[in-house]
Parts: sequence; C-alpha cells; structure tokens
Amino acid sequence: MVHYPAWDQDEARSIVSGLSHLEGATLPILHALQEEFGYVDPQIVPVIAEALNLSRAEVHGAITFYHDFKTSPAPRRVIKLCRAEACQALGCEAVVDELAREHGIDVTALAHSGDIAVETVYCLGNCALGPSALVDGELIGRLDADRLAALCSRHGADA
Amino acid sequence: MSAQSVKVFVPVDAAALSVGAEAVAKAVAREAEARGLEVEIIRNGTRGMLWLEPLVEVELPEGRVAYGPVAARDVAGLFDAGFLSGGTHALSLGKTVELDWMKRQQRVTFERIGVTDPLSLADYRSHDGLKGLQYALSLTGAEIVEMVKASGLRGRGGAGFPTGIKWKTVHDAKAEQKYIVCNADEGDSGTFADRMLMEGDPFLLIEGMTIAAVAVGATRGYIYLRSEYPHAHKALSRAILKAEAVGLLGDSVLGTGHAFHLEVRLGAGAYICGEETSLLESLEGKRAIVRAKPPIPALKGLFGKPTIVNNVLSFAAVPWILQHGAQAYADYGMGRSRGTLPVQLGGNIKRGGLIELAFGIPLREIIEDMGGGTRSGRPIRAVQVGGPLGAYLTAAQLDTPMDYEALAAIKAMLGHGGIVVFDDTVDMARQARFAFEFCAKESCGKCTPCRIGATRGVEVMDRIIAGVERPKNIAVLRDLNKLMTDASLCAMGGLTPMPVMSALNHFAEDFDRPSLPLAAE
Repeated sequence: MVHYPAWDQDEARSIVSGLSHLEGATLPILHALQEEFGYVDPQIVPVIAEALNLSRAEVHGAITFYHDFKTSPAPRRVIKLCRAEACQALGCEAVVDELAREHGIDVTALAHSGDIAVETVYCLGNCALGPSALVDGELIGRLDADRLAALCSRHGADA
Repeated sequence: MSAQSVKVFVPVDAAALSVGAEAVAKAVAREAEARGLEVEIIRNGTRGMLWLEPLVEVELPEGRVAYGPVAARDVAGLFDAGFLSGGTHALSLGKTVELDWMKRQQRVTFERIGVTDPLSLADYRSHDGLKGLQYALSLTGAEIVEMVKASGLRGRGGAGFPTGIKWKTVHDAKAEQKYIVCNADEGDSGTFADRMLMEGDPFLLIEGMTIAAVAVGATRGYIYLRSEYPHAHKALSRAILKAEAVGLLGDSVLGTGHAFHLEVRLGAGAYICGEETSLLESLEGKRAIVRAKPPIPALKGLFGKPTIVNNVLSFAAVPWILQHGAQAYADYGMGRSRGTLPVQLGGNIKRGGLIELAFGIPLREIIEDMGGGTRSGRPIRAVQVGGPLGAYLTAAQLDTPMDYEALAAIKAMLGHGGIVVFDDTVDMARQARFAFEFCAKESCGKCTPCRIGATRGVEVMDRIIAGVERPKNIAVLRDLNKLMTDASLCAMGGLTPMPVMSALNHFAEDFDRPSLPLAAE
C-alpha cells in the first residue's frame, strides 16, 4: 500500500522550482509531483506554466494527454492489469470475466472507487509469464482470478 | 581461512521477480545462515529461459549449474541435496550453458545477460565490457560511422532503417548541439528484450549510446523509458550514477575530452511515444503528437537539433561491432538482414523467453522446437509477429524465416521481434476488433484516418460480430483499412490494418460465425 501526504501547494511549488532547469522539464515535474502526492492537483498548472514559460493550456494539455497522470487523489492501491495480446493469449479476459462472475468485482467500476483501482495497461514486458499485473510497483506473473481478487480485497490490500 | 563462499545466482529481472525470485533469494540467504554456510548471492539478469524462472545457478569449478523453476519452499530441499556443490535434486537442470535452449543460440548482444551482476562495472569490464568504446575512442567519428554502416546493422525498433546511414546524417550535420536519444518505450505486446537488456546489462546500453555520441559529436543523451518498467528505471538510474562516478559519463568520457551527459526520462503510459517523433515531442515536455516528416530527426530532432534516435537493441549491438569488427557481425544473418535478432517468444507458449539468433531461422523452429508449442497443450491457431501492429499468421505460414524481407513478402512484419502464440480458442474477429480498439485508445489524434478510422473500425467490427449485413460491412472494413494504410501520418494508423487484414484474410471463418449480440459498451 502506498500512503501519500495531502496536497501541499508550497511543497509542490518547491518541487516545480527544483526541476524547472531541466530541458523539457514538464514530464519530470509531473512525475515528481505524482510520486510525492499520488496525483497532480490542477492548482499547480499556473505555477508550472510560469516556471517553464508555457501557457496554462500547454501544461493542461500535457497532463491530460498521458494516461499516467491523475488529477484527483490516488486510491490506496493501484493494480495495473495487462490486457494486451500476449496476456490475452493466456486468458486475461477470462480472468476479468471470472473476477466479475465469481468475486463480484467489476474491473471498470473499480477504476472509480476510492480504495483500490484496477487500471488497464497494455504490456508490462512479462509476455512469457502472463497474465501479468503491476501492483504498487511489483510485477506479478501467472495471475489468476483468485489472486487478483485477493489483491483487490481490503484484506489483501492490507497484506 | 574460512571456507570459500559459494556464488549463488538468483535473477533480479522483473520477469523472475514476477514469479517469486525475491522470496527465493531471501530463502537462500536464510537457509545458508541457519546452516552456517558461506554463500555469496548475486542478483543477475535472466538467462531468458523464462519458464524456468526463478532459475537458481551455483558456480562450480567446472562451470555454473542450474536449478529451476525454484520456489522458496524448495530451497531447504536444495540445501539438503547439497546444491552448493552441484548435488542432484528434482529441479536439477545440469550445466546452464549446455542446456539445449542456450546451446542453440548465438548470443551476441545478450552474451553477458544472466551471466554477470548487472550493476557491477568490474564484472562488466571482466566480460569484455568497454572494449568497443575503447576502440571507438581510437577512431575518428567518420570511421566509427563507417564501421556501423559496414556491419549492416538495421534499426531494431521495427522499421529496420540502416543504423549507419542515420548516424552518418547526424555526423555530417553541422550544429552547436546534437543529441543521442534511446527509444526505450518498448510498448509492443510480446516484446521484452529491451527490458531484459536494460535490467540485465545496463552498462551495455550506456556504452552503445556513448559510442554514438563520440561518433557524431553529441554531448547530451536521453533514454526515454516507458513508465511500465519501474525495475528497468531503477537499474538504469543506478548504472548511470556508477558510470558517472568512474568518468565513463560526464565532461570527459574516460578522460578523452569528449563530454557526454546521459539521463533517463520516464514516459507516462502513451503507446504512441514509441513513434520517434512523438517521443521527441514528449521529451520536449509536450503532448506526444506525431510530427510530419521531413524534416527527419537526424537533421531536426530533439529541440530542433540533429538527433540520433535508436532503439535499445540497436545501440546495444554497437559495442560488439566495434570490438569484433563490422564483418564479424555481418557474417551472421541472411540477405539484407545482417547480424543477430533477439526474438521474444511469448503468449500461449510452453517455453517462452528470449532467443538470440542470426536472422533467417524459420518461425516454426522457434515456436515448436524451442517453445514446445502452446502452454495450454491445444493446437496453435494464430501467431502474431511484430507487436500489436503486426500480422496474424496461420500455423501453415510458420515456415517463413525471421527476416525483414521474407516477412514483408507475406504481408507481415518483423517489428521488434516479438512472437505471440495463440491456441485454437482464439476468436480472430475479436482480435481484429481489439486492434482497432487499441488504436482508438492510443492514437495521438493528429491525423483523421487514425483518430476517426480506429473508432469507425471498432463499430464496423461490432456489426460484423453481431451479424449485421456482413458482406456490406466487410466491404466497408476493407475500404477503411485501405484508407488508413494509405493516408495515416505514422505507423500507428498506417499499420493497424495489418493485424485486421491478416485476421480477415487468413481466418475468414471467424468473421462468419453465428451472430452474437452487439457488445454492451
């Protein structure tokens, strides 16, 4: 489980100013903010724009283009489930279906819950040992519905 | 003097970790301590025999012996069997280098991976590391470029453009600042060679990029790494720090006065960033919208400066070429595909992993002889080669050799060398629908054929699957595919029709199954 501190605009400002000297600093700044707070609060947009001499639209555009960047607080656990071809060949869609049928967990619905989010990703580079998921930064191979259900449950989340 | 400690290798590669290598390493340390035995646990890269992971090796005077797949609960039994001196156990595999999977290969780029400690520069040097760079430093830039050209090396990212020609363009360009950019946005499903290399031998990538920098007079470099690879990020970041500490990177590469500063930059979950111009936009901090070419990145690349953009495997092939000579590399391969190809075998396969071989080996030999057929034990029905934009081949087409031109001749592509195997439960109409769905999600949105065409493609496929006016909708599908192929700005929209058309042409029966209700979404 990952516990993030609440958004702190002053701390966020210092992260921005600490990285603004980099070439093409936008993504490094967004990653650093998200690593610190679990998300990028939209109130930082004008600060980044000012520091990098960009328009707010450009910064907002970058944040919204990339799947990784979130603009609301992160759930306690993020499960990135691979649903690309190699994992499809190993039945990842059957895992998703079984999870819904046997465990009552709807992957798409969970994506909006505050506690645990299951996000679809395309390829974690573990194509010979799928189905795969990245859970709080740990790669898990040969995943089945029971294991995924345990990871999704509160109990599993605290484990 | 205490008893000599025994070297035990437990991989730190993400694939090995995904099936429990961390717990195995801890169990080995715990058992050794409990038994008062001296072991030195080395966290190596993976040998690429992924079905045997976690693969534990023990170093003996006669060479390394392997045990696998080892679970943490097996470890006490391994100690009981005396595995530290090569004792026999149910998981014994024998000498690693004599395993059939290893013996069949021609490991060139991957020669050190699984053998060395990825983050030990001393280990790297003692296994021929930096010899290529040292030789390069004795040459002029033009001579280095000429060697790369003569080796016949072609870009391993998928397009297969001759690397030496790209380097020459950047070499000949006049500019205050030039850049070296590594495309490590390995987004294709079924590919993991870049990840394995970055985790298992990060200094090799650093060395290859440094040679490029010296050759063309670039002083700054970036590795654009996808965020889905946290383990590779850690390995590269640590390796760069170590390289800086010994002066391999920095203001004066190995004391020669060439400056080269290298940084890892993380992507943010956008498949399109594997396209080089969109990658450059992303590095500049923008939305990753594909650029129109020309101008080519070699002349106007990162921040408008001459830039080499190469795949991880292209850079990683260069040190070997410099050390052993262009001809030695070109001696591998067939036709216009010279050198070796790291093939990645995945999906529904019994023995999956990384196989490095000279170009030209038939797909069947890889999938059936080395891979052992499907993991499910069912017949192979379809094989996708070259990632999500690659064609689906039938079991009858597997005698095609792995070679850029031979695959192009059957309207397929080699791409980044990934092979994904499907058994006979696959529904190819669904796979065709997925190709469009993926394109719709990952399109950068700049050109209409890709942005709109992908969404229309999903709708057409839904109608076909639902049995609505099939002949008419199949005609629309063919027409849409032709338009996307001809009019898209980059490979995303331009190649999405490849998996779709191959599915339609080779597996037509799946487009004519009994109707299913329209998909709910």
